[in-house]
Amino acid sequence: MKKKISKIPFNGTKEQEAALQAAIAENKHDKSNLMVVMQKAQDIYGYLPFEVQEMIAEGMDVPLEKVYGVATFYAQFSLSPKGRYNISVCLGTACYVKGSGLLFDKLQEKLGIGADECTPDGKFSLTSARCVGACGLAPVLMVNEDVYGKVTVDEIDGILAKYND
Amino acid sequence: MDMINLKINGINVSAPKGSTILEAARYAGIEIPTLCFMKDKNEIGACRICVVEANEGRGFRIVTSCVYPASEGMEVLTNSAKIQKARKTTLELMLSTHKKECLSCARSTNCELQKLCKEYGADENAFNGFRPEYEIDDSAAHLVRDNNKCILCRRCIAACKEQYVGVIGANNRGIDTAVGTPFELPLNNVPCISCGQCTVVCPTGALMEKDDTDKVWAAINDPTKTVIVQTAPAIRATLGEWFGYQPGTNVEGQMVAALRRLGFDKVFDTDFAADLTIVEEANELVERIKNKGVLPMITSCSPGWVKFCEYYYADLLPHLSTCKSPHEMEGAVIKTYWAQKNGIDPKDIVVVSVMPCTAKKFEIGREDESASGYPDVDIAITTRELGRMIDRAGIKFTSLPNEEFDSPLSEDTGAAVIFGATGGVMEAALRTANDWVSGENNTNIDFEAVRGTMGLKQATVNIKNLGEVKVCVASGAGAAKVVMDQLANGNPSGWSFIEIMGCPGGCVNGGGQPYQPQYVRDTVDLKAVRAKALYDQDRGMTLRKSHESEAVKVLYSEYYTEGFGKGKAHHDLHTSYTKREKYTK
Repeated sequence: MKKKISKIPFNGTKEQEAALQAAIAENKHDKSNLMVVMQKAQDIYGYLPFEVQEMIAEGMDVPLEKVYGVATFYAQFSLSPKGRYNISVCLGTACYVKGSGLLFDKLQEKLGIGADECTPDGKFSLTSARCVGACGLAPVLMVNEDVYGKVTVDEIDGILAKYND
Repeated sequence: MDMINLKINGINVSAPKGSTILEAARYAGIEIPTLCFMKDKNEIGACRICVVEANEGRGFRIVTSCVYPASEGMEVLTNSAKIQKARKTTLELMLSTHKKECLSCARSTNCELQKLCKEYGADENAFNGFRPEYEIDDSAAHLVRDNNKCILCRRCIAACKEQYVGVIGANNRGIDTAVGTPFELPLNNVPCISCGQCTVVCPTGALMEKDDTDKVWAAINDPTKTVIVQTAPAIRATLGEWFGYQPGTNVEGQMVAALRRLGFDKVFDTDFAADLTIVEEANELVERIKNKGVLPMITSCSPGWVKFCEYYYADLLPHLSTCKSPHEMEGAVIKTYWAQKNGIDPKDIVVVSVMPCTAKKFEIGREDESASGYPDVDIAITTRELGRMIDRAGIKFTSLPNEEFDSPLSEDTGAAVIFGATGGVMEAALRTANDWVSGENNTNIDFEAVRGTMGLKQATVNIKNLGEVKVCVASGAGAAKVVMDQLANGNPSGWSFIEIMGCPGGCVNGGGQPYQPQYVRDTVDLKAVRAKALYDQDRGMTLRKSHESEAVKVLYSEYYTEGFGKGKAHHDLHTSYTKREKYTK
């Protein structure tokens, strides 16, 4: 699936940048360490926005397109920030036949965002998962570490309301 | 050389040890079709067109010949029924996602995909499944990207990487894989240097120069306009290829005849301005040496190179000669001196440049390229676009007589002719500098050390009254990067003068030059054979030094009377540069 490029403005901190620069300094002697740096960056920022990829390209002395190509190839990299609460809906076979697609649609409608996007207030993001290993509870969705099983569309509002800080 | 013996299509052949099957076959004179393969540049086995059956004692298996090593005793079938079927199916799968507007596609009849589809009888509707749709990117002045015609061979990516630019690459994966820019930015918003090397290697119509021929036709058909065409030094050495001549055939006379028949009012030779460039540039170099200006000085004829410097080495821009490139000088002189002399308002003049280059399309829109108050050059077309215009006009190029350029802004010397090859500008400058500084009329003027197609050349030249001068010649942005990194490190080699061209081999191998199928590019040194046509012409000329050009002398005595690089000459013939942001979101 094509990755969504987030339009949410970048607001990295000085500390994050220092951590990224340290990772670059550790790895810049070997361009094949690009993936390692990108993984670190994803850990630091939660995603790989333009500004972060530019720092990596500059630091590792590779074209920005090289970084972007890697970022869009591997599923582990995201171009969209995760919200404080990431909602992950299982779209694996068991959950899907039990109606998780409807949950996913409902969440998109409720939150006003698409797959792999984040609400402008940075609260919720929405991703799909491929089997979380709890098929007996299908359909399953997770909000961060909280697992919800046998979810129906009518329960969505109630679940979202729990995360009201 | 260690050799191995193998059997290809039942014929015993031997090939150098370490060859791939494709190399062994080529060595034996057997051609295997390829699409993604570029020798030494893109050996990735991606397109699966080069598949062959190979038997290493365990029965025949299908392998990709471009990456599979040939081995002793191997049996290979390059054209079996199974292979033909495999290639046909692969082609049909490529067609399933291809925008099939082949009737009017500008690549029709020279498209490598089309040629194979015809040869294998591929059914264009064999698979009608999902076809991704892409927006056409025509944001840049010089080229159009249409991913709907892309077959993902990645030859463009290899070409861009060779240039050390790398603004295009493969994005996403699986069925979503597409050649694109970082964050899918328009090409105009990334540091593309407009060299067009990607358009030369693209096997289909996915990457094309922006076609400006309609503008040229419109100008020719406008009775209020005086339409003047000029051709760069390199065009005469390559245009013939469009009409089936062997690479390296000089078709200057027929080219002039064709241009006249297309309806241009005047046919001028950019060679005149190449000589003008040399006297201006040589003078600038002498001034810089005398006044302790910024040295080494670097040539500025190649707009791809200039843009590369503006993006990647902006701190070193003061090293660039301020001389406009030759076709801009020609345009400036046409719209000032020539217009005045002929009583024509420059606003009614349309200057069309035929260039080996796609970056010239960008260059004509630069700031500070309008001596008369109007753009020095109005339209820049490539050698290929000229070829297409001649096709459309129904002119039978190969039957044309040889004709001469119009005077006076065409008179040239051998020094101008060799501008089209890497090292040519350097050699031309050295011929003039040598005479000027020594005060003698030197006859030994072949500077062999700066000739040849290598990306990076260095030479020490002895000039009387000046002593040893160290010079450097780079072609291709990759080689330019090496030079600029050295300058950033304080010029340890002690160069005084550097020639840089954006394309490998210089203009003869420019991004606007005629297509040659990749197997020709892999097996013929196009840079060398095309350059030879220019050096041969130079050798046969009476005047071989730029400062001997009568037309240039007249220009300074009649018009630029304040002298080289001064007053009006400086205003008309020099330009300025600017730092460019790499990415604009």
